[in-house]
Amino acid sequence: MRKQQELAIEVRGVGRVYGDGAGQVTALSNIFLNIRQNEFFTLLGPSGCGKTTLLRLIAGFDFPTDGEILLYGEDIAPLPPFKRPVNTVFQNYALFPHMTVAQNIGFGLEMLGRPKTEIATRVEEMLALVHMEAMRNRKVMQISGGQQQRVALARALAPKPKVLLLDEPLSALDYKLRKEMQVELKRVQAETGITFIFVTHDQEEALAMSDRIAVMSHGEVRQVGAPWEIYDRPAERFVADFIGETNFLAADVISVDGPRIRVRLSNGSLLDATYPVDLMPEGKVTIVIRPEHAQLATPSSTAMLTGQIEDLTYLGTDTHIRVRLPDTSLFTIRQQNNRVGPIGFSAGDAVSLNISEGAAQILKD
Amino acid sequence: MRKRFDIRVQPGFATIAMFCFFLLYVPIFTLVVYAFNSGISIARWEGFSFRWFVAAWNNNLVIEAAIRSVQIAAIAAVIATAVATLAAIATTRTAGYRGLTFKYSFINMPLMVPEIVTAVALLILFSRIKVWTGYSGLGYLILAHTAFCIPFAYLPIRARLENMDLALERAAADLYATPFKVFRYITLPLLWPGILAGMMLSFVISLDDIVITEFVKSAGQETLPTYMLGQLRRAITPEMNAISTVFLLLSLAIVTIFFFLSRSNEKSD
Repeated sequence: MRKQQELAIEVRGVGRVYGDGAGQVTALSNIFLNIRQNEFFTLLGPSGCGKTTLLRLIAGFDFPTDGEILLYGEDIAPLPPFKRPVNTVFQNYALFPHMTVAQNIGFGLEMLGRPKTEIATRVEEMLALVHMEAMRNRKVMQISGGQQQRVALARALAPKPKVLLLDEPLSALDYKLRKEMQVELKRVQAETGITFIFVTHDQEEALAMSDRIAVMSHGEVRQVGAPWEIYDRPAERFVADFIGETNFLAADVISVDGPRIRVRLSNGSLLDATYPVDLMPEGKVTIVIRPEHAQLATPSSTAMLTGQIEDLTYLGTDTHIRVRLPDTSLFTIRQQNNRVGPIGFSAGDAVSLNISEGAAQILKD
Repeated sequence: MRKRFDIRVQPGFATIAMFCFFLLYVPIFTLVVYAFNSGISIARWEGFSFRWFVAAWNNNLVIEAAIRSVQIAAIAAVIATAVATLAAIATTRTAGYRGLTFKYSFINMPLMVPEIVTAVALLILFSRIKVWTGYSGLGYLILAHTAFCIPFAYLPIRARLENMDLALERAAADLYATPFKVFRYITLPLLWPGILAGMMLSFVISLDDIVITEFVKSAGQETLPTYMLGQLRRAITPEMNAISTVFLLLSLAIVTIFFFLSRSNEKSD
């Protein structure tokens, strides 16, 4: 973590346009990203947002139509994939079916022309790293999906790449295995100290694993930040909406006082909210409140918001409650089930909502 | 004991299938049986004997024709497969472009053009060349067979390439394999069953050919099928049955190998 200031990858004004004339499609436009050494960096976004295209540009399977991609200061954008010290874990692993596990792992080093003894040692190291020693002589079709995933990881790490790219590597696994592999990937990253660039559309996965996240949509980067920043301080409506569940409320700006801003909600209550630094809020704004930052209470005249419970969804660890506000919009609350038994409210109850200090934030639209 | 409705059961299917098999195989069965006839007739059974196999074996014309057939088929199959492999790679490992479909049909043209037309065309062309060069060896037959074998070799190879996950080649390139090494260590080994299948298909097709061969061959260049055709002008003895039987066994052997290859093919996918 000491050398985290050093940049592994710099993406400078990268764009990728397919086709020409009327049929032109812009997959990426004007992307700027700095990815630090040793970082677990995630590209997050819905399908078609350009995250995989960006990964392919870094890997060399595709070439940018604009901008440059620096790997430790050197422009790699014009290099073919086999000349880049960058390896990829593919979505469907792309293991070579005619080779054993060990041969798959050793392939990269073999192509680099390393001596046989070095390859053998490195393959053993990698097998140990992913706990696959017992499978070394199996054909890759004879092992399970989770094991294939480990082999794919070991194969990509064996040549000690400067950056490891992971293209939705967990999407083919079932829930439990996916959770296991998330921990596993974090462990491997910590042990090897290699910069990971991870592509996913799963926001939960991104929040759980990343040091920093770049949220993308429509070929643009919307926000870059630590998981908590992305979640708690979304820069704009798309980010707030895409990451987790969110309540959006219309409000009017009353006064601005340093980092705080006072707004009036549609029911007349006043609320303090924060706002992104690059925004100068005035007039009508949208504020965002996360479902877990509001609590249900019995009706009281001093409550900030009141409403009627529309429905409750019991989810084991917590309960989702949707409250119908007087202006007919729905407000979602996520309440932890920290006591055994029902939560004590039922559909149709009149309730008031308490909003946690500092939970409200104004958004760029 | 099927009690419930079953989508896989079609009434009368078994009967019709049996009838078709009967029609298909009775003539062949009869042919094989009469290869072992001890008499001179191909229609009247006189007892069991290997005499016609011995007769065929001792017939120099038959042996020469057989050797020539295998020679032509082997060389034509190898050349056709090599060309077809290159063609298949060129037409699958590329982004689609205008004219690609035209190329497909161009490669597969020999399948569409009536064989007799090709035969006559080749006869005219080759006779000119023969006059100019004075060469009249097996080259013409090999060339002609290679030409019509190419689409047969091309189809299984292309099918295999199209089913191959492009990510595999990409992964190899990602792991520092140059384009040549990607081909050498990934594409070629995975393509190998397709290549062998294409080669065997070409071999069988060439071995069996009669129309083009009949037109293109020079004097004394009988292949097994043209020799047998020639024998029809005389009285047929069970020697023909014996030759056919050996031919049949050879084809069966090749088809069996083909089957096992395509099976190992599926397993490795």
